[in-house]
Formats: sequence, structure tokens, C-alpha cells
Amino acid sequence: MAFRRTCLTAVAAGLLVASTAAAETELTVYTAVEAEDLKRYAETFNQDHPDIKINWVRDSTGIITAKLLAEKNNPQADVIWGLAATSLLLLKTEGMLEAYAPKGVEKLDAKFVDKSTPPAWVGMDAWVASVCYNTVEAGKLGLTPPKTWKDLAKPEYAGHVIMPNPNSSGTGFLDVSSWLQIFGEDGGWDYMDKLHGNIARYTHSGSKPCKLAAAGEIPIGVSFAFRGAKSKAAGAPLEIIVPDEGVGWDMEATAIVAGTAKLEAAKTLVDWSVTKTANEMYNSGYAVVAMPGVAKPVEHFPDNLVEKMIDNDFEFAANNRKAILEEWQKRYDSKSEPKS
Amino acid sequence: MSATAENLRPAGRPIKARLGRDDLAMRGFMAVIALYLVIALALPLYAMLSKSFSTYQFDLTSYEFQVSDDTGNFQTAPITAAALNETLQAVPSEDLATSSDGRLPATSFFPEFSFRSPMIYRIRGTGEDVSFLIGSERFSGTAWQEVDSNTFRRVMLRPVRSQGLQNYTTYFSTPSLFRSIENSLFISALSTIITVTLAFGFAYALSRSCMRFKGVFRLIALAPILVPSLLPGIALVYLFGNQGMIKGLLLGESIYGPIGIVIGSVFFTFPHAMLIITTALAISDARLYEAAESLKASRWKIFWTVTLPGARYGLISAAFVVFNLVITDFGLPKVIGGQYNMLAVDIYKQVIGQQNFEMGAVVSVVLLIPALVAFAVDRQVQKKQVALLSARSVPYQPRANPRADWLAFGYCSLVAVFIVGLLAVCQFAALIKFWPYDLSLSMNNYAFDLMDGGGWDSYYNSIQLALLTAVFGTLVVFTGGYMVEKIKGFETGRGLFQLLAMLPMAIPGMVLGLAYIFFFNDPRNPLNVFYGTMAILVICTVTHFYTVSHLTAVTALKQMDREFESVAASLKQPFHKLFRLVTVPVCLPTILDISIYLFVNAMTTVSAVVFLYSPTTTLASVAVLNMDDAGDIAPAAAMGMMIFYTNAGARILHLIISKGVLKRTQAWRFR
Repeated sequence: MAFRRTCLTAVAAGLLVASTAAAETELTVYTAVEAEDLKRYAETFNQDHPDIKINWVRDSTGIITAKLLAEKNNPQADVIWGLAATSLLLLKTEGMLEAYAPKGVEKLDAKFVDKSTPPAWVGMDAWVASVCYNTVEAGKLGLTPPKTWKDLAKPEYAGHVIMPNPNSSGTGFLDVSSWLQIFGEDGGWDYMDKLHGNIARYTHSGSKPCKLAAAGEIPIGVSFAFRGAKSKAAGAPLEIIVPDEGVGWDMEATAIVAGTAKLEAAKTLVDWSVTKTANEMYNSGYAVVAMPGVAKPVEHFPDNLVEKMIDNDFEFAANNRKAILEEWQKRYDSKSEPKS
Repeated sequence: MSATAENLRPAGRPIKARLGRDDLAMRGFMAVIALYLVIALALPLYAMLSKSFSTYQFDLTSYEFQVSDDTGNFQTAPITAAALNETLQAVPSEDLATSSDGRLPATSFFPEFSFRSPMIYRIRGTGEDVSFLIGSERFSGTAWQEVDSNTFRRVMLRPVRSQGLQNYTTYFSTPSLFRSIENSLFISALSTIITVTLAFGFAYALSRSCMRFKGVFRLIALAPILVPSLLPGIALVYLFGNQGMIKGLLLGESIYGPIGIVIGSVFFTFPHAMLIITTALAISDARLYEAAESLKASRWKIFWTVTLPGARYGLISAAFVVFNLVITDFGLPKVIGGQYNMLAVDIYKQVIGQQNFEMGAVVSVVLLIPALVAFAVDRQVQKKQVALLSARSVPYQPRANPRADWLAFGYCSLVAVFIVGLLAVCQFAALIKFWPYDLSLSMNNYAFDLMDGGGWDSYYNSIQLALLTAVFGTLVVFTGGYMVEKIKGFETGRGLFQLLAMLPMAIPGMVLGLAYIFFFNDPRNPLNVFYGTMAILVICTVTHFYTVSHLTAVTALKQMDREFESVAASLKQPFHKLFRLVTVPVCLPTILDISIYLFVNAMTTVSAVVFLYSPTTTLASVAVLNMDDAGDIAPAAAMGMMIFYTNAGARILHLIISKGVLKRTQAWRFR
């Protein structure tokens, strides 16, 4: 068996040598960026670095994270480009990331960069929670648009709100962790107890609540701004509401996978990922990007989104993730009626 | 005297036919296929079982703290977390159990802790591989790490791996998890009762009436086999969702939950039940009816005393098959289950949502139990079935009875409307631009490349998977069936092989897929080169659908007289020549049946492959799931219908080829 393994490794190594000997280097890049953006990202990157070919491995945040964790002792990725910072923090504590300070990292907003020196990951753009509100269906039901998170827990919205399950969706977790930060530990759970009474059901994914709101299935979807803006652009009668207390957010971030055989190319890619060109590229879908002064307003995005972003404590979120999810599951994740 | 000498002689070995080259070769083939089943089934399941016993907990004895006084001098001796916990009882022992991403704040052991205090804290492990976090930074080893009190609140202990029953304790003490058992049993039982009743009526109408369009009804009733189980869920959303076309019919009840799951389950299990019951009704003996009639029994009485008892084994078998299908199905409750938790969805949530592989394994083991029981009961019933039809039986011929025939026709039409209706709704939804606000027709929903699900590539991958599964699966299954059926002697080996071949039926696809992760994604396993390739998808699919294919092959082979082998042997012809020139041509219709069965199932399966596909091998059926998950419901319906048309096309092709084959190779049957 050991011999067989050696042979396989030798063959694999042979393939690696053969491919690096060619004019271009191929990087395996794991990502959770939306499918429709990937091609554009690769093309823009290749305008500056035609010699590096990106092989995308794309899936939703949960699955990519699970995949990376499963491959912990046998990593397949060279670079992670566009995965939630909370996931990268988890990978960092497993020692799976290669710390590296990309050239020009000092130009980024400090809250977008990992606190360690050198940083284990650098942020790209922020992915901000919002409420998608279907004006047509809400009008039929005689609802008034909620202004705050607290409004959303009022009895008039009973059965008209849908949100992602934090146990399966990164967006759902970001909402829950932000409420715990905004209202405090006890206040946060109190709030969710009330909100739970209004929730029609919890979805598996973070974008589904907004798409369901856009389709009028459930008038109010707790989702994220980016998704809402897209549905609105597609013609859905949506209003994107940013609750007054502030909104949770996560960022998409980039990191080098420890143990990659193509460190130089990986560094080139990560260096490029913090340039102005790259940040302008992120801006087409995300209103908030890591480099200050770059972002231009994105169509259909609410104006006050940036000022409403809470001062998110990622470390709190990452280190308490397990405990928060357990508590959440205990309270809400069954068909039982909410306890009052 | 000579007699005594005879008695004294040792008994010697029993006389045994010498193994020829053919026998050895056949045993060799059988061993190879048995080995395949062991690797593709037994070992992964074992890996999963051991994973369910792999636990994580905080080992308090491996951390040491030292706390300074107010001036920063360390006066007291280091103390372990275990010793601190002993005196404080801060963390009860059940809270020490956790999963791989568990964190325990170090401040738990210091009730007087304040982040403003001037004290300095030190922490270290007692061994090299003990690790802890300061913020998100990982430290391990026996070197002291010194932090001020404000940083100390960010110190987190990490769990270590061990073995034990703890995951099962956690499972059964978490209501939201174990309540799924009850939910799953309830839904499966209810769906079984409804489906079997409806299917019996349908099968009865097909075999015992003279209504028209029997062939058409039969075709329609089989249509649900051609689509993934989650497709009816999508149709139900369009019909009964909050923006549904006929949501008023539900009288305010929500389709998301038990109602939706049961309706969808009836849809996708109907053909399975219908096929089994039709077979059971077809073998009834007309002489029994003649006897009953001449005894002046009423039609009603004949039904209860002749028809139903005659079909009882078929009914029981159908019930268990349906029960098994529903309880192991994952796609439908995922799409339409809402907050109603079921076991198969729990596995998915644990593995994909929380990356808690150990708990996923525990739920898998729990799901395995009802599936195994249903399987075992079904096998027992199947054994009893055989003797019903004797050589003297006369097949029952229904007589025309206008009133009953129109009744049957009406009933079958209703069922047909239900089936065709759900499919039509999906096709309609796929063509609508933006339901319910823009009802113009458009092909936008077919732009799969713009959706998160793998794009058109996933469709082509699915076809590739289905073709590979059909070709290699048929090869493996038929060869295995031939060897086990035609080999001489070797009873133990054959028994073992039969057992291995029957096992896949009892293993839910979800469980098989998860078991494959544990087995094939282990860096120590030389077979891990398969992980993430098309090959592992083919292996998993062939294994998942092995049993039915195997039974089909064996049934056909049983019909071939063993004399063929004897004749070939006496003519000194090797078995492979016989296999190639006689067995395969004679069994060609069966071989085609097996391959179409594998093809169709490979196109529609979700549960077996949802953990195993890689970004280069995304599949159409999984794309339906993922697009629905992301809220792109119309494109999901569009992709689901693509699977339907592909499978329908494959079926038609199969029919044409079968006809041709029958003409060319089976003429002897119709002399």
C-alpha cells in the first residue's frame, strides 16, 4: 500500500512538473463568489497576468468550507479567493492558511485585514444584511414597511417574514450574531424569541428569502443587500430596507492555502486581489469594498447601508459559533411552537 | 477378515469433482466482483460506523494556568484546568463533550475574572500536541504563553478526539434531532398507506377491467420514475404556495410541511407500488374465480376472499418498498418540508450546514435501522411469494362490464391528471418569465450557466454519468449474476455473494454517499485518487442500484437451463465462449432492461451523489436541488424537466432497440 502510494505521488508530482514546465501556471482557486461573476474576475485578472490560469472550484460557503476542512490533511486548493471571513477564521485556527502580507495591503481599510502579522487573510468586499420587502404583496396584506429590527418582531408581521437557518446559511448566522452584538446576549435571544413567532419558515440558503420575497411567496425576506439589488434590477417590486439598529455583515476574503506547491503564483494572485483594479471589479456587485475611496454607488443599493454596518466582532462570531448555533437549534429548530 | 481391514481403512476425503480451469476462472470472476462490493459497500459503511463513535471533548488535564498577583508577579504554582474545575464545578462534565469546532473560553475557570484587572495570565499545554487559541491565533505545545487580562478573555481551549458513545447521547438528548425519527416514521407510514391504496386501485383497473387506453394509463403511471423525487415538490410550490395557482384548495393550510411531503411522496412512489401490485394481480388463477362464481359468491365477496388474498404478498412488498423510498428520500422534504425535520434532511444539515460529520454519521446509523427492518421483512415476504402460480393455473381474463369499466376509466383518469398535471405545472413554470408578476413566456430560465448549480455542464455530466453507469453497471451486475448462478458447487461463496448483492437495497443513498466521504476522502486510503472524480460517482450509483439489477439478471439466468453448461463442457467449450455466444444473446432483452434501469436512476438520483460531486462533476439532479435552494425555483423546474425529457427519450430508444433485438435474437421464443 505504501509502495502504491509512493507511485501515485510520483505520478502526481510528474504531472505537476509537466504542467509548470508549460508557459502558464495553473492555480486551483476555491471560491463561493456567485457563478455569474467568476468569468469576469478571471478575465480581469488575466489582463494583468496572462501567464496564470485560474481553475475555479465553486460552491456555496458551507460546502466549500466543509470541503476545505475535509481536505485538511491533503489540501487540494492553492488559493481561496472569495470566501466568508468567518470561514477563513475557522480555517486559520486549524492552521490551514499561509500567512502573507500582499503588496499594497496597507492601502486597505484596517478592518478588512486579519489582525495577525502577517495577516492570514485579506478582505475583498462586504456582504451586508438587509431586508427585502415586497411592496405589492405587503400592500395587499395591508402591511407597513418595518423600519427597525424590533418592528419586524411586531405581531402584525406574523407569518409574513422568512429568514435563513443559521445552521445551514452563512447569512443566517451573520444575522443572529449581529443581533447578539446589537441587543446584547440576553436581549438578542429575547428579540429572536419574539421574531420566531413571525417567521413563516427558515430556509437553507441565504439568498432564498430575498428571492421568495421577490416572487411574492412571502412578503418580507431577511437576506442580504446584494441579492435584493439583483432581484430589484430583474424587475421585482422590492424595497430594500436597512433596519435602524444597524446590520450585520461578513466579508469575502482571500487567503493562500498552507502547503501549496505554487506559492509564487499564489502570491501574485493575492497581491493582485488587493489592487485598485481588483477593488473596482468587486464594486460592480458590492457597495462596500476593502480599499477606501474606490466604491461607487451601486444601482438599487440603499444609500445608508455603509453607515448602518455594525462594528462586527468576527472573532466573537467565529469563537462562539458553535455555542450560538447550539442554542439557536435548541430554541427554534423544530416544528414546536415558540415558547413564550 | 477382509471386512475388518476395510473398516480400519481411514475414511479419506469425500469425493469432489476436480476444479477445471473454467471453474477456477469463474470463481476468480466472482471473487473480483465480490471484492468490488466489499470495497464499494462494506468498507465505507464500516468507516461511517466508526466515524459515528469518534467524539470530540475538552481534555482539561492537558492545560495549565498560572495567575499573577496584582503587581504582575507569579507567586502561585501552575494549576491544571481539571484541578480548577474540580473545585469550582464551573463546567459540568456533559458540557465537555463537543464537536470538532467547539471552543471553551479559558475564563470559565476564573469566576472572579475581570478584563480590567491588572493580573497577568499564563497558559500552556502539558503535551506537544495540546492546542489553544488566543483570539484566532493557534498555539500548541508546552511553552508558556503570557497574556494580560484583556487578552485572556480571548483565550479558547480546543477539543481533542477520542472514541465513545457520546455522539449518540447528544443525539438522543437534543429534541430537534430525535423528533425527526417520529416525523420520518409518521410521514413514511402515511404516504405508504395512501400510495398503496391508490396504486392498488390503479393496478386493479389495469388488470381486471376492460377499459380503454390501458397502455396509455400504464405509461403515464410510470412517468414519475423518470424525474428526480424533488420535482413534484417544486410543482406543489407553484400550485399551493402562497402565490400558488390553486392554493385555495388547501383551505389555509400550508403546503410547506407534512402535507407537501406526503403528496409529493405519493407522486414519486406511485409507479413502484403500481408495478409490484400489477405483477401480483397478474399471477392470479382464473380457476379460483370460476370456482367462486359457481358457488354464487358476490363480486364483493370474491374481491375479499380471492383477489385480495392472492395479491397480499404483492401489497406487503409494495408497502415496504414505498416505506423505504419515502423514509430515505431527501430531495422532497428538502424542497417542500419547511420546518418539518426529517432524518435524511438532518444528515444533509449536519454535514453541509454545520460541517459536523460525526453527527451526520450518527443520524445515518439511525436512518439505517428502519430501512434495514423494512428490507428484512420484504425479503421474508418475497420468499413466500413464489408458489402461487402452478403450471396448471389459467391466467385470469377480465370480461367486459360497461359500468365497472367506466368507473375504472374515471379513476385512472383522475390519477393520470394528478401525474401529468404536476409535470405540466413544472414545464409551465419553467417557461414563465417571472412568476407571478410577468407571465410572458421566455427561455430565460434555461440560462443555467447564470445560476448557481453548475450550469449546462451539469446536464452533460449527468448524461455522461448515466451512460457510464449503464455500461459498466450492466457489465459488472450481469457478470456477477452469471457467475453466482452458473458456478458449480461453492455454496458458501455463493451465499456470501448473494448477501452482499442484496445489501445495497437496504442502504439509503444519503448514508452510502456519506460513507463514501469517510472512506474515499481519507488520505491514508490509496483509493482516495477516486475522490472528486466521475469514477466515484459511477461506483456509488452502480452500488446504490445494484440489488434490483442483480435480481433482474438472476431471474433471467434462472430461466436458462443448466444443461447448456453441461453440453458446453461435454463439447469441451470454455465457459466464456458459451457466455458470449449463447447466454448473452438469449438474455439480451434483460441486459437492455438493466442498463435502462441504471441509466434512468443515474439521471434522477440526488441522495447518493449529493456529498460526492465535485465542481467539475456537478450533476443535473443536484443542480435542481441547488437552484431551488438558492431560490431559483423556475430554473430548477426547467432542469428537472430536462431530466424528464432525457429519460423519456432514453426509454423510447430502449423500446426501439429492444424490439429490434427481439426480432434478431429472440425469434426462437415465438416459434
